[in-house]
Amino acid sequence: MTQSGSPISAADVAKVAHLARLDIDDAQVVHFTEQLAKVMGHFGDIDALDLSGVEPMTQPYPLVNVMREDIEMPTLSTDEVLASAPATEERRFRVPPIVGTEG
Amino acid sequence: MATIPTTASEIAAAVASGALTAREVLEAHLARIDEREADIHAFNLVTADAARAQADAIDADIAAGRPVGPLAGVPIAIKDNMCTHGIETTCSSKILEGWKPPYDATVVTRLRSAGAVMVGKTNLDEFAMGSSTENSAFGTTRNPLDTSRVPGGSSGGSAAAVAAGFSPVSLGSDTGGSIRQPAALCGVVGVKPTYGLVSRYGLVAYASSLDQIGPFATTVSDAALITEVIAGHDVMDSTSIPQEAPSLVGAVSQGVAGMRIGRVVDLPGGAEPEVSARLDAAFAALAAAGATIVDVTLPSLGYALTAYYLIAPAEASSNLARFDGVRYGLRVNAVDTNAMYGATRAAGFGDEVKRRIMLGTYALSAGYYDAYYGKALKVRRLIAQDFEKAYESVDTILMPTSPLVAFKFGEKADDPMSMYLCDIYTIPTNLAGHPAMSVPFGTGAHGLPVGIQVLAPALGEAAMFRVGGALEAAAGGAQ
Repeated sequence: MTQSGSPISAADVAKVAHLARLDIDDAQVVHFTEQLAKVMGHFGDIDALDLSGVEPMTQPYPLVNVMREDIEMPTLSTDEVLASAPATEERRFRVPPIVGTEG
Repeated sequence: MATIPTTASEIAAAVASGALTAREVLEAHLARIDEREADIHAFNLVTADAARAQADAIDADIAAGRPVGPLAGVPIAIKDNMCTHGIETTCSSKILEGWKPPYDATVVTRLRSAGAVMVGKTNLDEFAMGSSTENSAFGTTRNPLDTSRVPGGSSGGSAAAVAAGFSPVSLGSDTGGSIRQPAALCGVVGVKPTYGLVSRYGLVAYASSLDQIGPFATTVSDAALITEVIAGHDVMDSTSIPQEAPSLVGAVSQGVAGMRIGRVVDLPGGAEPEVSARLDAAFAALAAAGATIVDVTLPSLGYALTAYYLIAPAEASSNLARFDGVRYGLRVNAVDTNAMYGATRAAGFGDEVKRRIMLGTYALSAGYYDAYYGKALKVRRLIAQDFEKAYESVDTILMPTSPLVAFKFGEKADDPMSMYLCDIYTIPTNLAGHPAMSVPFGTGAHGLPVGIQVLAPALGEAAMFRVGGALEAAAGGAQ
């Protein structure tokens, strides 16, 4: 909770947008903060529940490791997969520089 | 030209017997699409040429005396979040516009093997996030029963395609009600099977612990038939239940004599009075057909909405991290990779997707995980336990599918919370992993269809289809 009592602040929204790699401008931060605060205000209803001793449920059924025989199987066609990429070079995905452009 | 039957089972029988050709059946449906699709916009893509080639191949098989599958010549529409090899799959998002998957979803492979003919890819709320199909990046779908109203969502295109007669059956996906709610609003049958009964391989993930593929149809029997074809273990999905597909069509006409049907006495409010009246009528019809109505309580049900809107966005924020402009889809170039990610995702995702990604990222972030996501997982357990207890005394539970009949465009589009409340009766089964179906049962406000929802415990599809069949018979008798 933020100090203002709102369940989410504009600074929170700007931070999560950055964490989620979503460029949003100041006007959008204001807009999304308003909408998300309203939704998260509703979420306070579960604070009334006593959840002590309740096991979290992440899946409908307990998941188990599913193994198969370690044998060669057909895979997707590399050419076809690369054909969908925005940019490729030497049969690899090509991306802009990762380091060295800041400062 | 001979009259084309309206159900998948009749079409398959007519095609297999040679009374009709698959091509004739297909052309009749393509003609209907030509006539009304400009008004309805059920499809992102109509695959007429590929469908003609497929239909001709089935006709050639029949002419040569080769065996054909149980859906021979049945036109089917597929929600555009299921991968189709070499055929554009967009999730109604700009970030995937133009993407041609290098493989077929397992359900697509199974339908083709059964002889079904895909007529196109249907519109949806972007990445299946929404309850009206207004969140599509490629325009809204209109409800064929009243084009000033939404078809529901997120599988609005698949529901509209069946309601408009563009195909007798279609596939949707249901994460929080995305098959059942549009089925109710469009007056057709919609089924969400048990989590794990139908392979999710090739379904673009929204919330992996909740997503499930299922059919739309005009009859309960057709919905059972499609479920039989697409169900069953798949090695490509590690959450797929390791057992054979169940037999379900036979259950539809078994009747409900001796069955115990649950009425939820503490059902959360919010349903329109006409919707509640149809629910009462459904209980009366089942009682008249020999079922016993038993009162049950589901005390945690009112908290399901909160649990869902924390869990689903949390999973979505992780699943949608893959759309980063590197391997497929849109890229907005920038000076470095990090800037490219942010610019690509800002340009490629619509507002509802952004809201859910941010909500999920927040719920999972340091300092808030226990207060939001962790708590939601515990509420999910309480809801599953409520159902477990209720199913000790009943075989199935009945409740409305949607609190409202089809609403007007724009009515809820700018108010996320009011849109989320549309899912209040459908999300509890997704949290529990159980099956549920919506069956049209008369009309409510403005003469628009009302769907009644039949819920059953995990792998309780046979009981669910028995009740669905009885409701359908009672609804038909009342008209």
